[in-house]
Amino acid sequence: MNTSLLFTVLLCLTLVSYWVGIKRSLKVAGGSKHRKDLTCLPEQFGLLTAMVCGLPALVTLLIFNSAEQVVIEQLLTTTLPTNIQALSSIDFGLYLNNIHSLASTETAQALQLVAHTGSDVTIQNQHQAALTLQSLNQQASWLKTALVLIIAVVSVIVLVRKFSLTYKARQKSETIVRGLLVASSAIAILTTLGIVISVLFESIRFFESVPIADFMFGTQWSPQTAMRADQVGGSGSFGAIPLFAGTMLITFIAMLLAVPVGLMIAIYLSQYASAKLRSFAKPMLEVLAGIPTVVYGFFAALTVAPVIRNLGESFGLSVASESALAAGLVMGTMIIPFVSSLSEDAISAVPTALKEASLGMGATKSETVVKVLLPAALPGIVGAILLAVSRAIGETMIVVMAAGMAANLTANPLDSVTTVTVQIVTLLTGDQEFDSPKTLAAFALGLMLFITTLGLNILALKVVQKYREQYD
Amino acid sequence: MTNSKPSAKSTKKDETSMPLSTTPSSKLSTTDKVKLSLKNRHKKESRFKRTGFFAVIFGFMLVLVLIGDIGSKALPAFHQHWVKLDINYQNNWLNIDDTSEENLKKANYRTVLKKSIYHMFPTESGKKLSRKDKRQVFKLFSTNAEFTLKDYLISSPEYLNTQTSVWVRLDDDVDSYLKENFAQGEAGLRITKQQAQWLVKLSDENRIESRFNFSFFTASDSREPELAGIKGALTGTLLTMFVTLLLSFPLGVAGALYLEEFAPKNRWTDIIEININNLAAVPSIVFGLLGLAVIINLFGLPRSAPLVGGIVLTLMTLPTIIIASRAAIKAVPPSLREAALGLGASKMQVTFSHVLPQAMPGIITGGIIGVAQALGETAPLLMIGMVAFIVDVPTSIVDSATVLPVQIFLWADSPERAFLAKTSAAILVLLALLLVINVTATMLRTKFEKK
Repeated sequence: MNTSLLFTVLLCLTLVSYWVGIKRSLKVAGGSKHRKDLTCLPEQFGLLTAMVCGLPALVTLLIFNSAEQVVIEQLLTTTLPTNIQALSSIDFGLYLNNIHSLASTETAQALQLVAHTGSDVTIQNQHQAALTLQSLNQQASWLKTALVLIIAVVSVIVLVRKFSLTYKARQKSETIVRGLLVASSAIAILTTLGIVISVLFESIRFFESVPIADFMFGTQWSPQTAMRADQVGGSGSFGAIPLFAGTMLITFIAMLLAVPVGLMIAIYLSQYASAKLRSFAKPMLEVLAGIPTVVYGFFAALTVAPVIRNLGESFGLSVASESALAAGLVMGTMIIPFVSSLSEDAISAVPTALKEASLGMGATKSETVVKVLLPAALPGIVGAILLAVSRAIGETMIVVMAAGMAANLTANPLDSVTTVTVQIVTLLTGDQEFDSPKTLAAFALGLMLFITTLGLNILALKVVQKYREQYD
Repeated sequence: MTNSKPSAKSTKKDETSMPLSTTPSSKLSTTDKVKLSLKNRHKKESRFKRTGFFAVIFGFMLVLVLIGDIGSKALPAFHQHWVKLDINYQNNWLNIDDTSEENLKKANYRTVLKKSIYHMFPTESGKKLSRKDKRQVFKLFSTNAEFTLKDYLISSPEYLNTQTSVWVRLDDDVDSYLKENFAQGEAGLRITKQQAQWLVKLSDENRIESRFNFSFFTASDSREPELAGIKGALTGTLLTMFVTLLLSFPLGVAGALYLEEFAPKNRWTDIIEININNLAAVPSIVFGLLGLAVIINLFGLPRSAPLVGGIVLTLMTLPTIIIASRAAIKAVPPSLREAALGLGASKMQVTFSHVLPQAMPGIITGGIIGVAQALGETAPLLMIGMVAFIVDVPTSIVDSATVLPVQIFLWADSPERAFLAKTSAAILVLLALLLVINVTATMLRTKFEKK
């Protein structure tokens, strides 16, 4: 039985066991007339039975599935001839791949035929191995089905035998549910741990081949490693400074657009706009926040970049077709609603007493905003800007589509630059093997990205907490 | 207003630290100074107000330019030019004897197509077309045309050995050329002058027709722009969203319930809370790295599958859903809990029978917003290989698939001009989906608030 069928069967069993639990508890009570004799409701017995039936079996299924392939591979390896076991890990992986594809496409009879009558020993061996793999797969499938079903049925039987008039079915099921709730909330922790561990381990492996100082302070980025010793242009240098500089440049351009516009929008909407304009403007700006980044990327690459290039050329400037300016401006557009809504929250959080005092003393509205409201809301606004910067640094699609691939170390916004996220995507979307420094470099970049954005978020939180003036 | 100088005289007006931009003159009283500066200050006020107003208008403009630009680029993709050909299904060209099903399937339709086309374009001198011209004229029609002929003959085999009219698609270069309003018979885009004149001949004979492009919604990805559609990507999106919803909603709600209703106030809970807030701000591409390193390489789940995409997007949207659900749960009045507890309900019963139903509309809204976020996400899916060129429509969550945003990314990279319109049209479909989802969320929220 394959996993999805088994899963469906398990689901049906769980439903059935709900009914079994109810029937059994009523029988223990001596018929439905005596249901009041039970300490818990029959439905609560049913619920407990269903959970006891489904959960252990489901966990078994998940564990089995995740371990299955590894174990089968190990077993298969032991049956292979020694000269193949001695192959290097890459060749061995290839060999295994061949066997897998054979086993999944050919029937057992066809394999058997070739295994006995094949033209030479290697082919015979290969088909023999594919045959072994097929039988192993089949055995594993049987074992899985049997194990899961037996666990489901046995745990129900063991449970219902314990049923008595005073059996605390409700308390027991509540303990289980509570455990599930705790587990769900712990997933957030597991995710963070998963990110840190996966990115960190791969980065450490990367730093074994490329010194960390070269990576952090090198100014040459050309990750194409040579396949052959005599190849041209495969120097493989991993100095990430041009990437960091490119990211900074694009982020800076984005902020240059997003912060003034976002802040002015926040001020106007919170201080000047009529309720009618507000109710219209806010959803309109939320549209900007809701548009997928791939759409912005398309807009930047196919509309903004050509416009900027034509404009630059009419002034006699040379503009790269994938200029940092185009990517930065579009990214700024994306961030405007982010800055404006967070700043508006910060401005509205300033007590009205301050504002009224200022207005009462004869200050104009703009004077009140600039001299009273903004200073009071400053920590919140700084926090908003920091969060926006973190967002811009981690943004991927806009720069992948509109910024270039060439790692230029330049501060000219009309030049083409590349960013950390662009390089992660480029390094990991091509054909690759997982162990080369080229792919591992992506994880090192990912680590830098994770640390930077995490640092900025924590800093934003700290700024808001520490500098927020406590108004009564 | 920054160059103000507090007056030396200490009057009560001074304590307000109002700007006085007139020339300091000790002879004027403070009231006079304020009056003199008033005009200037009001000017600044209106300038400030105008700046704010322009910022808002600028924001509006950006929305309109963005939508308008994509909309105008998308329009050509919704219709497509077809051409009526006089096809002669001669059996010696088809290389078959009878109309048995087997024969019809393997017959040589390309020859029929070529010969019929050449027959329609006689040269002026009555001679045969040169080889170069043949190639040029054949290029006017979609590579898919021979399959159209095949389907036509299979559906009505009585046309064997007769001449009939069949509508086939034009090539994407021709299609783009016709949509761009070039002068009749002039070369343009990738169409030569000779080809353009043939097209004039065709349209003079009323053989060219513009139809609604149904295949955009019913076909999968293709290398040929005139055949490419979004069905595969749309199915992939639906499958991925199905997995995401199935995982993220229960997990998010359960996590939020625990943190709001059960969790003791201790270090562990604090750690979880900080964690969730930080996860919400981690760049999405990092989740892609997690998916690649852990879910694919460690657990061995299949690459490019909606299952893996769904899991990655679940991890990404979980913080959003937990935060929204917690807010909804917090908004349930404590009196409700106390009343239920007072009647002897257990904590778990209070939570699931009273708090959860009350908080449900808010939770659903949060969940929908989370899903909308996942729907537009591209970067993490690139990492887990959902970026491959896939022609088949996926049928299960472990098939190789791509999703709509990734399809947009792939098409945007294609050099063919016709893909520009296709990309914009796919974007419109994606935006329409998002609009529907967000309107649903808003409607749910207002309905809930009215109660």
